Amino acid sequence: MDVGIISYGAYIPRFRIRIEEIAKVWGDDANSITEGLMVYEKSVPDTDEDTITIAVEAARHAINRAGVNPERIEAIFTGSESHPYAVKPTSTVVAEAIGATPSLTAADFQFACKAGTAAIQACLGMAGSGMIDLGLAIGSDVSQGAPGDALEYTAAAGGVAYVIGRENQVAKIESTYSYTTDTPDFWRREGMPYPEHGGRFTGEPAYFKHVTSAASTLMARLGTKPSDYNYAIFHQPNGKFPTRVAKTLGFSSEQIKPGLVVTRLGNTYSGSCMMGLAATLDIAKPGDRILMTAFGSGAGSDAFSISVTDRIEGIRSGAPSVEKLLANPIYIDYARYAKHKGKIKL
Amino acid sequence: MRDVAIIGVGCTEFGELWDKSFREIFVEAGIGAIQDAGIQGGKIDALYVGNMSGGRFIEQEHIGALIADYAGLASLHIPSTRVEAACASGGLALRQGIIAVASGYHDIVIAGGAEKMTDVDVETTTDALASAADREWEGVMGATFPGLYAMIARLHMHRYGTTKEQLASVAVKNHHHGTMNPKAQFQNEITIDTVLNSVMVADPLHVFDCSPISDGASAVVLAPAEVAHKYTDTPIYVKASAQAGGTLSLHDRKDITTLDATLAAAKRAYEMAKVTPNDIDFAEVHDCFTIAEICAIEDLGFVKKGEGGKATQDGMTAIGGKIPVNTSGGLKACGHPVGATGVKQAVEITLQLRGEAGKRQVDGAEIGLTHNVGGTGGTAVVHIFGRER
Repeated sequence: MDVGIISYGAYIPRFRIRIEEIAKVWGDDANSITEGLMVYEKSVPDTDEDTITIAVEAARHAINRAGVNPERIEAIFTGSESHPYAVKPTSTVVAEAIGATPSLTAADFQFACKAGTAAIQACLGMAGSGMIDLGLAIGSDVSQGAPGDALEYTAAAGGVAYVIGRENQVAKIESTYSYTTDTPDFWRREGMPYPEHGGRFTGEPAYFKHVTSAASTLMARLGTKPSDYNYAIFHQPNGKFPTRVAKTLGFSSEQIKPGLVVTRLGNTYSGSCMMGLAATLDIAKPGDRILMTAFGSGAGSDAFSISVTDRIEGIRSGAPSVEKLLANPIYIDYARYAKHKGKIKL
Repeated sequence: MRDVAIIGVGCTEFGELWDKSFREIFVEAGIGAIQDAGIQGGKIDALYVGNMSGGRFIEQEHIGALIADYAGLASLHIPSTRVEAACASGGLALRQGIIAVASGYHDIVIAGGAEKMTDVDVETTTDALASAADREWEGVMGATFPGLYAMIARLHMHRYGTTKEQLASVAVKNHHHGTMNPKAQFQNEITIDTVLNSVMVADPLHVFDCSPISDGASAVVLAPAEVAHKYTDTPIYVKASAQAGGTLSLHDRKDITTLDATLAAAKRAYEMAKVTPNDIDFAEVHDCFTIAEICAIEDLGFVKKGEGGKATQDGMTAIGGKIPVNTSGGLKACGHPVGATGVKQAVEITLQLRGEAGKRQVDGAEIGLTHNVGGTGGTAVVHIFGRER
């Protein structure tokens, strides 16, 4: 199956809130939180931004970057845990906004933080089999953390879109493997405003078990080892987890550094891992190999082995880099953050 | 009254046992004890089980019947009794078992303890634990459990000059002991700075001054001393079993740096065993917080009141010191599944007196003491065990 990434695009809202600002409100020790989580600030959507607008921005950047004709896109799947509608797809709005309608299939995916990579896998299957020409896989979130909950320090906003197809690949997806079980570490029931989580249970039996199992099984199947990869990206609910899992698997801090965007961005949930991949593609050279492993609570892990082609240099400047999207933020206080996040009800 | 001996012990790993259920862990501990004693289920006359809050932690009451049933004893219709005294539930279950054998009412008795605390969120666990204090006078007024022990610590520091470094030295020592206990929840070394730089829970207690939330179970098999040698070459004899009550609320205590219940239980135990604190070679004490161990070694008479912090800092209570305390790692490092703790203390004493404690073995251990506390001192249970009858 010769299929891969044709283009990619990211979007991050301009606003940031610092961890100290949140800690001040709840009387927490900011130092122990920033050091414990390795996250220093997180992105905040504007008052009129949601998962759909972010997905559209990311999709537009992806199309513009490689000059993709949107009419060639025959499938759009958007992964998110914060779709604005419980019933009514995000992906149809995206399709209309980028001019991909009406000859396409579309659906929304939900699998906590790995819904976006599940969308990539669906596109790989359809484009790889010849069922569609191009597929658009998006991970986008304005993730929710209850006020005062530990998640509030990291739940951020952002989105990433990947155009998947056979010809003109900028990065070949060599193989993908998923490791999935019924592990209830994080959930939000219908009608509830904020997710709940299993505290320390979200670590060992959920994140670490699934990420290490997916990554190591994929490498075993391909006969690759950590040193075969120039870069690695692991799901980034905070800075600590991916750093630890990288060390466990035998990856160096240099290999994960370009993709470790969580420290300045927070956890963009469905966009998390895919943002790290975008930041890595921004600097990768032709021939570089990348291992990406997503994690979604509930729980599952999608691992991808990727090799960058020489076409990467040609499309790089067609859309803003992740570094550019992270630059020049506007810092806001908790009161304005509460307004932006709709925590103040009028 | 008959003399009583421990003829078998069993204990699970302590920790976050997410892949095991409540019934699995107590069966594991119970079967371990029965195998260790080399007896069959049909030999068992009664079960006593310490469990603080099955209703809150696993939404299960009627723990006595559950345990007997899942131990495969339902068809034998063995009486099984749950015993509750908050964090002293285990020690109290052990005492009930000892009384049953000593009185001649039963011969072979299993005394166990079990708690599964990590299946609910931390807030639920914390609130269940707060019910060990006086809900009306303390809980609803905003006092948390760490908050109450923090008040004890502050007065102790103010009155006796005890320092935060001395409090921390309790945790450092118990973590060091935990490194030698393969069943301990924490088997890592820490430093004074680890404690002092950790998150503040209730000033002056940092998170590393507090025992963890744990799952675990432990059990011992008790028999009349006169027949103990039929089952084992190394019976461990119960030289004293004492229980004492105190005020449930901390503010009703005449001196909050002293647990009156510990004083009273210790006095009775020493009299019963005909020993003095100087005769105790090593002890397992109730270090739910670092300050609790300092108060314990003072109230048990190992050191003078006010000198517990300095004695710990000077290494008196470390393995190799004058009187090793909490060789298992204590509640701090071995873990504190509340209902199991009091029985685990007896398991540790038994292993030490048999000479089976591995790397943490105390040389020449002849007499050991256990000290288990409910709440901030509403209940205290003290046992003394010896190699000689």
